[in-house]
Amino acid sequence: MAHLDTREKLAILADAAKYDASCASSGTSKRSSVGGKGVGSTEGMGICHSYAPDGRCISLLKILLTNSCIFDCHYCINRRSSNVRRARFTVDEVVRLTLAFYKRNYIEGLFLSSGIIGSSDYTMEQLVRVARTLRLDHDFRGYIHLKTIPDAAPELLEEAGLYADRLSINIELPTEAGLAKLAPEKNGTRIRGAMTGLKTAIDDNKDARKHYRRAPKFAPAGQSTQMIVGADSADDSAIVATAHGLYGAFGMRRVYYSAFSPIPDASAVLPLVSPPLLREHRLYQADWLLRFYGFAVGEVQDATDDGLLPLDIDPKTAWALKHRGQFPVDINRAPREMLLRVPGLGVKSVNAILRVRRQRRLDLADVGRLTRGIERLRPFLIAADWRPLALSDRADLRATLVKPAAAQMELFGS
Amino acid sequence: MTRITLASPDDFEGFRAAVRRLIAAGAPPESVVWQVAGADDDLLGNDAAVLANGPELRVAKAFPDLARRVICNRDPERFALLHRALVALQSRPKLLEDSADPLVRRLDMLAKAVGRDVHKMRAFVRFREVPDETGERFAAWFEPEHHIVRLNSGFFIRRFTTMRFSILTPGLCLHWDGETLSYTPGATRADVPDGDPIEATWKTYYANIFNPARLKIDAMTSEMPKKYWKNLPEAELIPDLIAGAARRTRSMIDASQADAATGPVATLRAEASACQRCALWRPATQTVFSEGPGDAVLMLVGEQPGDQEDLAGRPFVGPAGQLLDGALAEAGIDRARAYVTNAVKHFKFEQRGKRRIHAKPGIAEIDACHWWLDAELRAVAPKVVVALGATAARALTGKAVTISRERGRGTARPDGSELWITVHPSFLLRIEDPAAAALERQRFIADLRAIAARVAALA
Repeated sequence: MAHLDTREKLAILADAAKYDASCASSGTSKRSSVGGKGVGSTEGMGICHSYAPDGRCISLLKILLTNSCIFDCHYCINRRSSNVRRARFTVDEVVRLTLAFYKRNYIEGLFLSSGIIGSSDYTMEQLVRVARTLRLDHDFRGYIHLKTIPDAAPELLEEAGLYADRLSINIELPTEAGLAKLAPEKNGTRIRGAMTGLKTAIDDNKDARKHYRRAPKFAPAGQSTQMIVGADSADDSAIVATAHGLYGAFGMRRVYYSAFSPIPDASAVLPLVSPPLLREHRLYQADWLLRFYGFAVGEVQDATDDGLLPLDIDPKTAWALKHRGQFPVDINRAPREMLLRVPGLGVKSVNAILRVRRQRRLDLADVGRLTRGIERLRPFLIAADWRPLALSDRADLRATLVKPAAAQMELFGS
Repeated sequence: MTRITLASPDDFEGFRAAVRRLIAAGAPPESVVWQVAGADDDLLGNDAAVLANGPELRVAKAFPDLARRVICNRDPERFALLHRALVALQSRPKLLEDSADPLVRRLDMLAKAVGRDVHKMRAFVRFREVPDETGERFAAWFEPEHHIVRLNSGFFIRRFTTMRFSILTPGLCLHWDGETLSYTPGATRADVPDGDPIEATWKTYYANIFNPARLKIDAMTSEMPKKYWKNLPEAELIPDLIAGAARRTRSMIDASQADAATGPVATLRAEASACQRCALWRPATQTVFSEGPGDAVLMLVGEQPGDQEDLAGRPFVGPAGQLLDGALAEAGIDRARAYVTNAVKHFKFEQRGKRRIHAKPGIAEIDACHWWLDAELRAVAPKVVVALGATAARALTGKAVTISRERGRGTARPDGSELWITVHPSFLLRIEDPAAAALERQRFIADLRAIAARVAALA
């Protein structure tokens, strides 16, 4: 391999990492660099330091240690048979880049992943060395997310958890059949086995810290995973069910959905179409219904048409339109669970409504002040001065709730 | 009229001391004029001193937190609004919990705007290295919307405790020397020199972490409004990244098409086994790829697998295949030495009761599958290619072909091989009149004999 300087390597190894959706830097323990020898702090809420024109937040330096890989997964740009340029960072290069970016306030920390080189253990060892150097040699207290190699030795995963805020293993595809077809060398059972290992280690650590406050923290921001959407034939119902299983079985903090996008030198097995971004968005909305709105998996699936979430309306509206009998909801009497079902009412609005309700009855104008707009809500609500007139029986209700497609913003028109 | 002058636009302590006296004196909020020293042209003066020192006010714990943020908003009404809220809180202690109350709502919005500005400053401050004689030192230029520099100083100190840095803004500048915090009056952008070489590396990162296939410009601008762009080194790349996105996406797809279609037949077969390039894969049992040596001189291309082929996973094993085998033998062609494949690799059918009835593949399906046929032609590089029937002829020539006009002679293909077109064996099976069928069979065998002669000549 010709000699590449750090910037050339960065171009290759950032390009190779861009298919990972996760860039979160939130939810870890609170730290600062006060009293330390280095830089870095984490204060709960993550910070997005920039945004790319793809709308994704740039919070972490998200790179691969190397994009060489012994695996040949069809959806992956780094697969063995792919023709992309290969590069490999040294441990020291990653450490220096992370610190240089951090000190200029470009990033919250590092998200490091890697192609498999040599063996799983060897690769994992390299990842751990980067984290260890940052933490021990440089007293770096910013955020570190390490992508975990499923087959690596448990001791390595344990050490990784001591330095990293978050560990993740990608489930890759929503179904076992998809995995077998597109990532024949990966094994769903092994992936789930590694997730179980992480969950156990995280739970044990929480338990230990209850008894010994000084026990070192293990991956305080927990574990997350990613599913590629649109590369195989799994429908939204199947994806939601898989996600629900991942949250339940492994205590995932987040499941990320990544619309499959065409990659250079892709395998011919894959569909060559634009990434289904709207579908990805609807899946995130469905995910939120599961996690914050008290929806059961079956209820989210109920919002689909033959397994696919509608693209023209959000899943909560879709569910409401299929269960019109449960509306309108009385804003002054309904329990929290039912308020959360009203399309257009978010968790914050519902909490505010409940607070106000303790003091007085709300009218429609009050609701308007607590939400992003009353028009969409009207058909679903009863307020002190408002009762919808058979609105919820209207056949054309759906059409009135579809937002007109926003024209793309003209950013650089002459 | 009571005139109160505060020391600075974010002077929370001054506001607290003054408002305490105002409430004790029972001064109505609308009778108070609030000013900031140095900012307002009005006659300066502070009437708070003449008011009696008030007792400690009892207010909800949430109020000081809210007020601390509201004070930093640049809205000139902020002091009067807070005063009004304090008066109202005396008779309605839980007022702040009523987020739908117009006054509370107004204060919440002011505080929220400050919170957002604080967050954006934490996100978008960009330090540049400006080393001096004692070593590493950093400086940044930032233009906040509200008076948040003091409110936000703790964050930067907690994060960069061991660094020496300054954050310059138009209103107030903050300096941290590793131990103490100090402030100086506002500065200008020119006070922060550029030329930090790391900025180029950062831009390299920004350009490459961006995925051109998923352009979502409004998602970007809602979180990173254009007003911040002028102080973000990476933002100057945005117009070019957007303009080049469509081209880059296309080249990603082109590159993938160009590359994936190479490789030996075994690789192609393995990849094609999971092909979903058109919808035919769904009802079909499996991809039926090819049979025969990967370096054959003769390549036979049929239409698509039938019912039996779909189940067996091999081409030409059903009734048409048996007819083909017989005709090839009679023409002196060893099928085992020919590469046998189809224009379309999945069985297209209509379900009628328990039977699956063959359906003719459409142009879209032929084109989708052309990917594989092309790859096979490249991999096998046959000298003679035979199109069996109209579908294969369409796939190989790219246009509709009248077989009766084209049969019996070879034409040169762009890759140098020779193309022969003849009927599909299933055509012979469909002729009901035995005499006509026998005649057509002889014509088919005659075509195959001519082909055999060309194969022998070219091998």
